[in-house]
Amino acid sequence: MPETHLQAQSDRELTFAQAIREALAEEMRRDPTVFILGEDVAEAGTPFKVLSGLLEEFGKERVLDTPISEAGFTGLAVGAAMTGMRPVVDIMFGDFVTLTMDQMVNQAAKVHYMSGGRWKVPMVMRTTMGATRRSAAQHSQSLHAWFCHIPGLKVVLPSTPYDAKGLLKAAIRDENPVVFFEDKMMYKLKGPVPAGDYTVPLGVADIKRVGEDITLIATSSMVQVALSAAALLEESGISAEVVDPRTMWPLDEQTLIESAKKTSRVIVLDEGYERYGVTAELASVIATGAFYDLDAPVKRMGAMHVPIPFSPPLEDVTVPTERTVFEAARALCGR
Amino acid sequence: MSTEMTTAAQLSEISEKTDLLLRMYRQMVAIRQFEAQVNELYTRALMPGLAHLYIGEEAVAVGVCEALEQTDYITSTHRGHGHCLAKGASPDRMFAELLGKKAGYCKGKGGSMHIADPATGNLGANAIVCGSAGIATGAAFSARALGNGRVAVCFFGEGALGQGVLYEEMNLAQLFKLPVIYVCENNLYTEYTHYSETTAGDILARATAFGLEAASVDGQDVRAVYGVAQRLVDRGRRGDGPAFMLCNTYRYHGHHVGDINREYYRSKQEEQIWKTERDPIVNLKKWLVEQKVSDAAALDRLQADLEAEMKKAVEFAVAAPYPAVDEVGEDVYA
Ligand SMILES: Cc1ncc(C[n+]2csc(CCOP(=O)(O)OP(=O)(O)O)c2C)c(N)n1
Repeated sequence: MPETHLQAQSDRELTFAQAIREALAEEMRRDPTVFILGEDVAEAGTPFKVLSGLLEEFGKERVLDTPISEAGFTGLAVGAAMTGMRPVVDIMFGDFVTLTMDQMVNQAAKVHYMSGGRWKVPMVMRTTMGATRRSAAQHSQSLHAWFCHIPGLKVVLPSTPYDAKGLLKAAIRDENPVVFFEDKMMYKLKGPVPAGDYTVPLGVADIKRVGEDITLIATSSMVQVALSAAALLEESGISAEVVDPRTMWPLDEQTLIESAKKTSRVIVLDEGYERYGVTAELASVIATGAFYDLDAPVKRMGAMHVPIPFSPPLEDVTVPTERTVFEAARALCGR
Repeated sequence: MSTEMTTAAQLSEISEKTDLLLRMYRQMVAIRQFEAQVNELYTRALMPGLAHLYIGEEAVAVGVCEALEQTDYITSTHRGHGHCLAKGASPDRMFAELLGKKAGYCKGKGGSMHIADPATGNLGANAIVCGSAGIATGAAFSARALGNGRVAVCFFGEGALGQGVLYEEMNLAQLFKLPVIYVCENNLYTEYTHYSETTAGDILARATAFGLEAASVDGQDVRAVYGVAQRLVDRGRRGDGPAFMLCNTYRYHGHHVGDINREYYRSKQEEQIWKTERDPIVNLKKWLVEQKVSDAAALDRLQADLEAEMKKAVEFAVAAPYPAVDEVGEDVYA
């Protein structure tokens, strides 16, 4: 197992939300140029209460409530990052990143390249993703693939409290604009998180479960789905390996390909849309890198190609579940 | 450009229209009873997700929509049940939508924040703050282009003043002289933040800077709201261009049904003052009784009837079936 996975052993358990908060607090203590900007981040600590307590420790100068002006405050963050600050922008729901796209895509992503490397934009945009919260089409999307498409941006999708803390600290210290996606449904997920400083480098995948017969490559909350499916598969005598790329870009292609070569069968799982999405990219990496070792075409599982419906029975079929993954894996293994 | 309130002459004219007043009273009570049932559905865990209650703000939707024809357009917000009802939607199909049922206005696909109804000119509620400023302005554009005499009303909370697109739309509307009225419902708070912490300068001046007719009004007085709305709608219909209406109001409940502990952003005392001294329904009721337009017993009966009607509508929605699972792929494209 990779070293980073072993480090996840710790007596102390935190929720995913607490791990995020701890990473921010530690980075803000370490570096006075780090500050937080977003809607209802101060007294309210965000609607998900992820940031509770930060205002009390760091004050209004460093935890700033903004108007509902996503384009405006993201643009401000780009300029502040270029001139000596390290902003962490909070976009409450991932659906609202659409309002920031010009600032992120045409400005933040390109400043370093266009200036021939003379300016840089060390900022983080934290936002959410994930469906099944009964929040309908404008509050349930997983739009991370939009950013993956853009050279100059890094994209991070943590799946455990341990990774969330270490990856966020690495993102804040990175010299580039990093977009950090947190699945809303994972905020209460508990897991071991060491106290004190550590980082998880961007661009290193993690094997969350070792197996022999099939590889489940999964991102964000789909890692938990894959782990549950793997437990079911074990009962059917199928040994599944679960690999979490952790960052969509930079992408640790080697770890994914090695696992694919070992097991010869791969399912790629991600909560974004399948078409033109993350699963397509990862499947292509596997198909190219492990072509001669594959015993079956790479299977992709992502969000159904529909706006997320409100009605619970409809919403529930739009995303992969442990049951659908279990069945797809069995079929791929010919059992 | 003027910022005057409803004039005394206008008010007394409105006050003589007893049918209108009783209708507006009924609508406000209907909205409040509807929302009480929504809260009940949430607390009894019968409603998936959350909802944003309009209780306290009823006079705004009712006063404005009463000045509109059925064919006129509205766009609405995440706090949209009041607008929807005031424009003429029926409670049973609304409740069905809130529960994700097939009989709902959007076949269960939209839920609380997305109710739309072409039959009543409702272009849809929107869960993106300021998400419908463009849609309302575009509806006004087509009304003018098609010469059908309709106007469009864009409802939004004061939080939407933070979005740049609002100013782009107001500029366009004025350049094209479009029949659109931007109705800002200032209930003092965005989610958990007082608007004064996020809103610089003067609100009306933002509209007058583009040359829009702008007026502010007591959003707890349905007669005043109606008076201003009627004037702005009439001038829009005549071709005199867009307007901006600032309605000062208050939401009694939390930002959404789950926002129970609010003391960290507003005091119980403040809530109490609005509820006891400024309530749009209580105050109109008092006036109707004093003026002998109606009597307290009749108005109480009306309230009881509406409560019973809402309960029946809830029963309909609870009993209604969910859509079939394979409907999930329908309606993606026209
Ligand atoms: C573009 C966008 N940003 C943020 C949100 C999250 N959000 C939903 S309602 C709301 C506050 C809206 O306040 P206001 O417009 O005053 O309406 P009110 O809720 O007070 O009726 C916020 C920030 C959103 N839905 N859309």
